[in-house]
Amino acid sequence: MSYFGSQLSPGVAGNQLWALIYISIIFAGVSVAVMAMNWLERKALAHFQVRLGPMRVGPHGLLQPIADALKLLLKEDIIPAEADQFVFWIAPLIGLLASFTVYTVVPFGPSQAVSDMNIGILFMLGVSSLGVLGIVMAGWASNSHYPLIGALRSSAQMVSYEVAMGLAVVSAILMTSLNESGTGTLSMIEIVRAQQQQGIWFIFKFFPLGLIAFVIFAIAMVAETNRAPFDLAEAESELTAGFHTEYSGLRWSLFMLAEYAAMIAVSSIAVTLWLGGWMRPFPNALSAPAWEFLFSLFPALTFGGLAGIGFLGAARMPSHSFFKIQRAGLAVFAALLGLLALLLLVIAIAGRNADNSIAARFREGIDYVYWFVLKVAVFMYLFIWYRATWPRYRFDQLMKIGWKVMLPISLGVLIVTAIVGVIVK
Amino acid sequence: MVPITTLHYLVVAAALFVLGLIGVLTRRNVVIVLMSIELVLNAVNLNLVAFSRMWGNLHGQVFSIFIVVDAAAEAAVGLGILIAFFRNKETINVDEIDLLKW
Amino acid sequence: MTPGMAPVATPFFFYLLSGLAVLGGVLVITRRNAVHSALALIVTLLAVSGLYLMLYAPFVAGVQIIVYAGGIMVLFLFVIMLVNIERTAKERQFNRIWPAGVLAAVALLGLFVSVYVKGKRLFPDSNLPLPETSNTQQIGVMLYGNYMFSFEIASLLLLVAILGAVIMAKKRI
Repeated sequence: MSYFGSQLSPGVAGNQLWALIYISIIFAGVSVAVMAMNWLERKALAHFQVRLGPMRVGPHGLLQPIADALKLLLKEDIIPAEADQFVFWIAPLIGLLASFTVYTVVPFGPSQAVSDMNIGILFMLGVSSLGVLGIVMAGWASNSHYPLIGALRSSAQMVSYEVAMGLAVVSAILMTSLNESGTGTLSMIEIVRAQQQQGIWFIFKFFPLGLIAFVIFAIAMVAETNRAPFDLAEAESELTAGFHTEYSGLRWSLFMLAEYAAMIAVSSIAVTLWLGGWMRPFPNALSAPAWEFLFSLFPALTFGGLAGIGFLGAARMPSHSFFKIQRAGLAVFAALLGLLALLLLVIAIAGRNADNSIAARFREGIDYVYWFVLKVAVFMYLFIWYRATWPRYRFDQLMKIGWKVMLPISLGVLIVTAIVGVIVK
Repeated sequence: MVPITTLHYLVVAAALFVLGLIGVLTRRNVVIVLMSIELVLNAVNLNLVAFSRMWGNLHGQVFSIFIVVDAAAEAAVGLGILIAFFRNKETINVDEIDLLKW
Repeated sequence: MTPGMAPVATPFFFYLLSGLAVLGGVLVITRRNAVHSALALIVTLLAVSGLYLMLYAPFVAGVQIIVYAGGIMVLFLFVIMLVNIERTAKERQFNRIWPAGVLAAVALLGLFVSVYVKGKRLFPDSNLPLPETSNTQQIGVMLYGNYMFSFEIASLLLLVAILGAVIMAKKRI
């Protein structure tokens, strides 16, 4: 396979087969991640509220997402009588399309992206703004009051926070142009490379400007995906589930899939632009081979830790005959995680030299993907934490914050970043 | 097959322009007339970008960005006028919006 | 050119995208339901954005998706939902003098076709490929260089449009 040696992503190299393989891997990965997020959300929310969450379906509720998916697939597909059939059918598809198309440019590594468009970040912002259309059409096609109001509110909120998001992104893009050649870039992979060359994550650059831009983006991305504390449009107590009230079964699960995929997508924008993408901590300061080896053990250590937690959970289960299956199931799951940890350890040890052998390239690829996914996972947990901790904003408070607080602050950060950038040069 | 030349893009732009023109001249619903105007502007943009590629410089692309900005402003103001009018006369047919003062 | 910059299957994508664009245009002007027209217009805008990509104009394609498909069309859908009245669904949708309009438009189309057929050599086949790597940067240089004045006027225009739209859509001034 002639593609293997090149350091380009398959889209840039023009290799359609590998592009398709990457697309399938990303699609499968995002779907699994959405199911895992579903489980994690219910368990974490429950633990925040001092209860246990789903415990029955698998050991500690691990098979709960599968049960949910089965239930949703088998539900009756109810379409309101006066609803516009075509628009009702196509609205969740548009939301899904918008949420999944952004993964074409998400950089899991320096060549581990489907395609490295040189307008990468522009493409991501644009396509994620197409998701608003899906929501508007879903609310309108349901031909009922609650969905319509929910859709209007939700889309007004998303459009307002897109402005602040875009300005925060532009101030990060400004920082990419502070290298020797003086040219910035919109390509996602080049943005991470710029952070590598300048030796600092953009969140720490021109302290506190990078940090403020990052915080603005973090708040705007929570509002953009209609998550708490900005989830008035789909809150059960206010609007009976907002724009997806009339959707049942598989159609609702498409909306949920689109929402979680959009969460992961905007988190990956935040990770790429401010948190250094696929780079491990301190790639320039601690660059001795011993440190490289130590940091390359992290994937194996993570999965080993998870396996250890699993075994601990299995050991602490009550020793009653009713729990035999759950205990055995959890032990098997932990054993699978342990096997994965062992495999990663073997790869890390086999590829420990920085030569261009197959094992070394494998190890590098796995490390890149691991650090990227770890950072995105931190954001996912933060999303759940926000939901558990903070009360909901009222809609007028929400719009006031979007236009009167976030927009001026992000404009100010942009201007000051530009001034400081020119002065420093 | 025939290689795709600038003329192909110009023909597509002409088709879009004529379709938009028919929409503006024949439809009664004001919103659809405004959408047909957007079609016309898109046809013009396509023409500009095609010529920009033909000549090899970027003037056409820069000007098409200005046209997009202009289309956004015009759509916003046009729809504002429509909403203000709708509040007074409860109709969105261009035939019925025919009095300067009533 | 580096590998990957040579376009792949260009005639196929051109005919697909332009067919989608023209089909969307036809649907815009013929649908009775305004929301269906808006959906068709979104399809047209996305297809035209794809055509811009084929013309080596990635920045304009991105701007088209963000501003047109993601902003203006949301505005249109909002307004359609606000002014949606039941009786428009049952009235006639074309006005009384539609043959005159169609005739005029077809005459214009005839003019276009005659110009393109006669002046074929005015539109040379030699497509000079623009270097795609820093399209955004070159556009930025031009926007802030040659077209600085127009840029400032465009921002003023947007300010005026925002004020105008807000004031006209308010219930009480």
